[in-house]
Order: sequence, then structure tokens, then C-alpha cells
Amino acid sequence: MNQSGFQWFLPAASSISGPLDMLWWAMVGICTFVALGVFVVMWLFCIRYRRGNAEVDRALSHGTRPVELTWITVPFVLFVCMFVWSLFLFVRIHTPPADAQTIYVVAKQWMWKVQHPGGQREINALHVPLGQPVRLTMTSQDVIHSFYVPAFRLKQDILPGRYTQLWFTATQLGSFALECTQYCGLDHSRMGGRVTVMRPADYARWLEGHAGPLTLAGQGQALFRAKGCSGCHGANASVHAPDLGGIYGRVVHLSDGSTVVADNRYIRDSILLPDKQVVAGYAPIMPSFSGQLSEEELIELVAYLKSTTGPGTGNRRPDQLPASGNTAQ
Amino acid sequence: MNAISAEAPPSFLNRDYGLWAWLTTHDHKRIAILYSIGITFFFFLGGIAATLIRLNLVTPNGAIMNAETYNKTFTFHGVVMVWFFLIPSIPTTLGNFLLPLMIGARDVAFPKLNLASWYLYIIGGLFTVCALIEGGVDTGWTFYTPFSTMFSNTNVFLVIVGVFITGFSTIFTGINFIVTTHTLRMPGMTWFRLPLFVWAMYAVSLVMVLATPVLAMTLALIGLERGLGVGVFDPALGGDPLLFQHLFWFYSHPAVYIMILPAMGLVSEVIPCFARRRIFGYNFMVYAIIGIAVIGFLVWGHHMFVAGMSVYAALIFSILSFIVAVPSAIKVFNWTATLHRGSISFEAPMLYALGFVGLFMLGGMTGLMLAEPALDVPLHDTYFVIAHFHYVMVGGSVMAYLAGIHYWWPKVTGKSYSEPLAKFSAILMFIGFNLTFFPQYILGYEGMPRRYHAYLPQFQVLNILSSGGASILALSYLLPLLYLGWSLFRGAPAGNNPWNARGLEWQTTSPPPKENFLTMPVVQEPYAYREPAP
Repeated sequence: MNQSGFQWFLPAASSISGPLDMLWWAMVGICTFVALGVFVVMWLFCIRYRRGNAEVDRALSHGTRPVELTWITVPFVLFVCMFVWSLFLFVRIHTPPADAQTIYVVAKQWMWKVQHPGGQREINALHVPLGQPVRLTMTSQDVIHSFYVPAFRLKQDILPGRYTQLWFTATQLGSFALECTQYCGLDHSRMGGRVTVMRPADYARWLEGHAGPLTLAGQGQALFRAKGCSGCHGANASVHAPDLGGIYGRVVHLSDGSTVVADNRYIRDSILLPDKQVVAGYAPIMPSFSGQLSEEELIELVAYLKSTTGPGTGNRRPDQLPASGNTAQ
Repeated sequence: MNAISAEAPPSFLNRDYGLWAWLTTHDHKRIAILYSIGITFFFFLGGIAATLIRLNLVTPNGAIMNAETYNKTFTFHGVVMVWFFLIPSIPTTLGNFLLPLMIGARDVAFPKLNLASWYLYIIGGLFTVCALIEGGVDTGWTFYTPFSTMFSNTNVFLVIVGVFITGFSTIFTGINFIVTTHTLRMPGMTWFRLPLFVWAMYAVSLVMVLATPVLAMTLALIGLERGLGVGVFDPALGGDPLLFQHLFWFYSHPAVYIMILPAMGLVSEVIPCFARRRIFGYNFMVYAIIGIAVIGFLVWGHHMFVAGMSVYAALIFSILSFIVAVPSAIKVFNWTATLHRGSISFEAPMLYALGFVGLFMLGGMTGLMLAEPALDVPLHDTYFVIAHFHYVMVGGSVMAYLAGIHYWWPKVTGKSYSEPLAKFSAILMFIGFNLTFFPQYILGYEGMPRRYHAYLPQFQVLNILSSGGASILALSYLLPLLYLGWSLFRGAPAGNNPWNARGLEWQTTSPPPKENFLTMPVVQEPYAYREPAP
């Protein structure tokens, strides 16, 4: 919130900020304690055993082994404790709750592009509701970027050619800095934005005010027809191609005998690299759409396929129907 | 200059005068001096870039240059400091000079290879610096793909060629030191009588020989993708950008140990001498060096906790990173324990060495925070990381390097330097260093990302503090250049063993003759210091 002027403490604005801060201050405390301990001992030795001091015993001590074993064991045990503490938090950072709302982010040199499920789009800004888990599914259309919101204590690299995820529950209203932390070229330092946390009611109003004619899945459905996908994968297609209705999350059997779960990455790869994973029982006749679809369009197609309940790509899951206030289909 | 007594043969400096004699020398001591000229040159080049970076960050929108120039400047700083200063610094200068002396040998095993290594270093270095100045590179020293292969329009290819060439220089030095340590130890110099500096040189040579080829391959793959469009790292060509990070850090993390192991060995020579004590826990110090060198190969993934790696991989790299911290902790405790019951004096080398222990410990402890994947999530790629590795590399390695230069200066040159000035600059360096880099820890926690030409206004106070500290630090680096340069021409003769030290190198004349020893030195237990009678 503080735009100019120095601040000692960052706002802690997500559900993970508090636990991470606790680990941080515990580590700062332990390290300060040990460092001060070693410094004090060094100073004491340096003063007491200075060359001019004739009044100390300088006899050689024997048997360093017990001492050595002590200061091998004690740090090791301490390190294991630190590791276990951080393990639990790290797993939590990587386990989004099932009810998290997905928002899509496409990063490019030097801009953040956000797509909400309701079809709302933002540039260099992200609006999220307070107290509700949000899952970001992110990809890059050029080089590696990294999505970093210091107030949330969260960061995730964004890679071209694949989707990475980041989830959070915002716990404080306000507007927070978003920064790119993976060096991405000329204007890396200008690749910033604001994350705005709003009350759920305000957020719903915001969504309503920024809704376009189609939801994200609706945009995907239009694209599915426009790019000719439905000509082969549609219900009435004459070409022998897999029915994609309800494909998302299903186990797909491949022609090489292996199986794969149809997730974002599988769907993306199947559009761009159709020969990579051919479904069992089908000939590899699909052309690649590499270079013909933007990252945003790929996300629309993924959102559309996610919204279908099979068989037949026309059926839509009730929970994926347009958000309230956005009835245009 | 001609006051050489009849019975003493000329030192390695006082014979075969002339540029040609120096450029064709096979004497490890002269090659060490050739190297130190190159290292010093590149250090100050990299330092100029650092100065420009700190000047630019005084204001939030970039005080003196635009983003393009800034990006090229920090790339210049990183490439020059890592490959042309830090990695070769201690091994090729003090290591080259001392390794044969410390084991009672006349030279390294392959003197011509040693000279070839210097030529490769100089050629690679000048080539790289020309490419960096003429056009420049804006990828950062890490060359992350696909930015470096498909998006950067700068001299990436030329710089890669330069670093590739220099890699062979590192490998040559490594091979030379390994064979020298195995075959040229004088009778009685058993493995567990070796000074810890020799152990460190041996371990670091193993890492050089094993890790550097991986860098060469990785750089070659960048060249292939950039030049010929062979898809390796860019997903648009069917490649995987994370593959690059794995390959790069598989080299570059061990490279971190290439930079710090020599410093650890060096400080283990200095502290016992000025504490008049045997090093505490010699055997454990040896095991710690070997442990760091071996486990250092298994921790590269801690650079990639937020890169999109699996949670399980991250956790394994995390616990391995904690394990590699154990031997480092042992070393800090043992250096401290060496002071116990010592008879400590505080000449300049000792001040530098004690400064090293403190700064290295702070750098190591913040490394523990970064080894925790959960804390690395907020801290990664911020100024916290910058501060962490500068504490280890600059506070650690450079302080140790200066401790070594001051400690062996009388041996190498036969001259003594101004002790008050040396002490003053050691203390100044410690203060300047902390003023420069401690604020960066806070900047990182507050969320300032690294490699930012411009930053949010709330970070300005700490940035000004850091830049102010950097001016003190710069002064403390220039001072030794002046008083050591003065001592070279005007310094009083230092004597053969001004510190009353115990290593074999102190049993010969200062500067040593070309053959190193005129009479066979006597091998003792390592660090056979006794307290002077009260």
C-alpha cells in the first residue's frame, strides 16, 4: 500500500504470508543467535589469547573428536528441523484447494495478460476476491518470466510451452505490487502490475462491469468451430477423431500403450504437437496448429474443453456455465 | 638490485629479464605472476561495471543509464567477475605459486600446460571483454534460455566462445594440480601432512575437471540453437528451457565451490600462523573439504525451486543443500576453535582472514534460508540472493584472496608492505562490504527483484545506503593496489620467514630461486606451531 517512503514490514496479504513470515523470523532469530554466539566467542578468544597477555594457560588440548562430533551432530539436527518445517509449508504452497477459482495469466515481454473465466480481460492488473482461493494457470508466449507478489510472499516462474500454477487466498484488502522476477530482457524492470484484492460483493460487481459478450469457455467454443476443430472432433464429424467431450481430467490411452491424464498441458501439446501423444485406435492425421493459435486462444480452447461434459462437445457442465450477471452466450 | 650475495643464486625474479623471457616461461612462479596481472586487470574491469551499477541504482528510475545499457552492464559484471576473476583467482595465482612449494616440488607436473592455460585464459578473457564492450550482451551471466538463444539480439555467441575457450584453461589447471599433488610430493609429505591449502587445491581441481566440461557442452548447445536453430532449449523448437537450467547449474553450483574452497584452504593457513596454534581438527577439515567438493555436485536444483520443478525434486535438493552446509559449519567452528589458547597477533593477513570467517558465516547462514524451498519462494531472484552470494563470493573469497596476497607477499616479492595501511584497508573493506551488502538483504525481503534497472520508490533509501557503502568498498580495493605497488619498488626486504610460519614454502629464500629449494626442506607435521616461551 505504501507507495513511497520506507517500510520495514511488508504487508502480509495472503493466507501463506503469516506462516512464511513465522519461518522467516525463526530463521532470522536462529541465524542471529548462532552468528552472535560465534562472534562473541571469537572476540573473547582474540582478547584473552592475544599475544601480549601472559596470564593465560596455553597448553595444548588433546582429543578434538568429541568436540567435532558435537558440532557435526547439533547443526545437522537443527538443519533437519528447518527442512521439515519448510517441507510442510512448501507442500502447502503447491497444493491448491479443490474449490480454487482458476484465472489464466499469459506473460510476454513485458506485459501481464489476465483472462478470467467469465471472459474478463486485464493487462498488468489482476483483481481477486478477498478470502477466496484463486489458482493462477500461467504460461509465457516468449521467454521465461516470474510472477511475484511480495505482499503475498509468492512467486512462480512462467515458462513458454507449458503451464505452471500458483495459488493463494488473499487476506487483506488493497492494491499490491506485482513484479517480474525472472530476467526477461530490455524492460524486465518495467514488467510490473497491481494485484487488487476486493470484497467478494465488490468483486462480483467488478466482474459484471468488465464482462464481455462471451465467457472464456464460450470464446473457446467459438474458436473450436472457427478453427475447424469441430469438423473432426464434433459429434457429427465424418473423420475418425476422438470425441473430446468431457476429456479434461480423464485418463487417455495412447497408441504406444501408455496412459496420460488429460490436463492443461496434454490438451495444449495435442493441439500444437498432435503426433507426440496419439490416442490409441486413431491414426495420426491431425495437422499441427503450432503458430496458428496464440497463447490466449489456447487457453480459451482449454477452458472450453474443461467446460464440456462428455460425450459430445456440445454439452456444458453446469458449474462452468457463465458466471452470474453474464448471460450472453 | 645487483646486491645478490655470492653464494645465493638469483631468485626466480632476478634472472632471464625481458618480456619474451616472461611470456615463454615454464616456471610456475612466473606463470602465477602472469596470472595475477590478468586477474587484477579483470577484477578492476568488473569493478568498474559494479560501480556503474551502484551509481545507476541511486535513483528509482536509473540515474545514469538506460535499461539496455544497464542490462549489458550487469551482464558484463557477472561474466567478468565469475569466469575471469573469481574462478581462476586463488588457484591460478597463489595456488600456482604455492602448490609446488608446499609439497616440496620444483614445479608443477606439466609446466608447458600451465603456460598454455594462461594463454587460453588471456585470449578467452580479452575476446570476451571485446565482445562485451563492442556491442555487449544483455542476457545476464546465467544465459537463461530461450532468452539467450532466440530473443537476445546481442553478442551472445561471441561471449559464449570466449567463456568456452577459458573453460579449457580451467581444465588444464585442474589436471595439472591433480597430477602434481599425486606425483610430486617430496618424501615424507604424506597425504595427511599436506597443508589444508593443498587439500583445497586438490579438491577444487577435481571439481574443475569434472564440472567445466558440462559448461562447455551447455554453451555449445546454446551456440547450436542460436546459430543453427537446433531445438534444444526453446519450446518453440521442441526444446525444454528447464533442461538448460539443469545443465547450467550442474556446472555453476560446483563452480561456487570452485570459488570458495580455495578461500577456505587459504584461511586455514593464515589463522594457525597468527594464532600460533595447530589447526583445530585437521582431519575433520580435510574430510569437510572433500565432503563439500562431492556433495556440491548434488545440490544444483536449489537454484530452481520456483522454476517449475516437481515438489519432490525440490525437497530432495533442499535436504542435500542442508547436508552440504554441515561441513561448512564445521570449518567455521574449527577456525574459531583454533584461536582457543592461541597466542594471537593481528597483522593484516589475520584481519582479512577473521573478516572472511565472519562474512562467510553470514553468507552461509542466509544460504540456509534459501535452501528451504518454502522461504526460497518469496526470496528467490530478489536482492536477498544478491546479498547472499556476494557475502560468500566477495566477503568470503575476495577477503580470503587478499588475506593470502598479504600473507605470501613477502614470500613472492621478498618485500614488506606498509602494515598500518594494510590493516586500515582490511578494516575499511569489512565496513564497506557490510554497508554495501547488508541493506540488500533487507531489500530482498522487502521484495526488490534482482536485475532491475528501475525500482519502486520505497526501495530508494536502502539503495542509497548500499551505493554509499560501495564507494567505501571501492576505496578499500584501490588502497592495496597503491601500497603493494609501492612496496614492490620501495619496500624493505622482508626476510625469508617474516611470520615465523611453518609451511615448506617458508623454508626457502624470499623470493624463492627458480628451483624452489636449494637445500631439501624438512617435512614436519602440518601446522607445527608452538607457543613462544612466555
